[in-house]
Amino acid sequence: MKLSGHNLCCERGGRRVFTDLDFSVEAGGMLILRGPNGAGKTSLLRVIAGLNDVVDGELHFDGGIKDEPISGHCQFIAHQDAFKPALSVEENLQFWSDYFGGGDVQLALEAFSLEALASFSAGLLSAGQKRRLALGRLAMIERPIWLLDEPTVGLDAASVKQLQTLMAKHLANNGIIIATTHIDLGMKDAKVLDFAKLKSAPQEVMLDEAAI
Amino acid sequence: MTAFWSLLKRDLLMAWRQGGGVGTAFGFFLTVIVLLPLGIGPDAGVLQRIAPGGLWIALLLSVLLSADRIYQADYDDGSLELMTLGTLPLEMVAAVKSLAHWLTSGLPLAIAAPLLGFLLNLDTALVWPLMGAMVLGSIGLSFLAGLGAAVTVGLRRGGLLVSLLVLPLYVPVLIFGISAGGAGTAGPDVTAAAFTVLFAITLVILVVAPFGSGAALRAYMR
Repeated sequence: MKLSGHNLCCERGGRRVFTDLDFSVEAGGMLILRGPNGAGKTSLLRVIAGLNDVVDGELHFDGGIKDEPISGHCQFIAHQDAFKPALSVEENLQFWSDYFGGGDVQLALEAFSLEALASFSAGLLSAGQKRRLALGRLAMIERPIWLLDEPTVGLDAASVKQLQTLMAKHLANNGIIIATTHIDLGMKDAKVLDFAKLKSAPQEVMLDEAAI
Repeated sequence: MTAFWSLLKRDLLMAWRQGGGVGTAFGFFLTVIVLLPLGIGPDAGVLQRIAPGGLWIALLLSVLLSADRIYQADYDDGSLELMTLGTLPLEMVAAVKSLAHWLTSGLPLAIAAPLLGFLLNLDTALVWPLMGAMVLGSIGLSFLAGLGAAVTVGLRRGGLLVSLLVLPLYVPVLIFGISAGGAGTAGPDVTAAAFTVLFAITLVILVVAPFGSGAALRAYMR
């Protein structure tokens, strides 16, 4: 399995976010996206997830299920947690498990120690607990590519550890992880893609950096 | 298929838990029906003549009441984006959510409306035909409401806009719904023909609206 992009170009709202972006991740590999705010890290994740179009360049995924788009191999942990306050923690997880074709809700609860909260309304959770609930989807739905957008926001130290364990397990199972982060996730052998060093890095962002 | 049922189940469960939808639409409907005779006057003959039309218009407005919420929550909390990664196409997601809207607002109202028609001195012979026409027509109403909701999902306070966009599209359903309900002086042939046309209109809406909704939702998520 290999996910790669060649000369990728992304546009959002008529603005060129990045151009000529190259990357590749092999099975069992992790790619960390770094760079200033607005450099296009989230946009790259959205392009891979099929939420934004590939304006130019190519995106390839070798070794997946035939005729299945790349987005069908992805799990996307975005900024929003996608949970309903009217449903309980367990019901929320059960819905996403059913929606994505099955998965053991218990695994998600255990991965981030949410067992005690299973029957609580998701609306009562704190920001960090909501984040753990969202990340729990990673543990229960099996998909080879994980796209994580700032996965550690709001997490306490213990939960970050649990996330690291989960990521290490996924990589050991020949999964692929692409994550944006501003803190060190503590993953060895992770490749780094620095958006500040792209040829096409936006002008204003470069100026900001110079000012610092 | 599990995705289809799980989404339908979730939407129905949330409508049940949150209450708002059915109760508000029902209360609104009842209020309009009670106000109508007060505005028209107590002439039983006049009321009987306008009863089917009054019930239909009250139904159109009540169905629209909860329309802007069909996708709003899922769009705001990122659920809709996550759903695009599943096996269910966005068009089907739109269809399921419109179906859930029908089951929780259109269908109960369509069943209750002819019964509440006694407040308007509705001819008892019309109760069953009217209920049939309303059940059928309200499917189309909910799917059109879904289309309107999808087109305005990213706009703040899009609620009123949904009504403005969708109400003109309700005209064919209204016209043939009234005739199919057996109102007017036309014979049974015309009623049967109108029912067939209403059926055809509903089928067209069922096919076209989810595609429009899917395209609109996709455009908003770009």
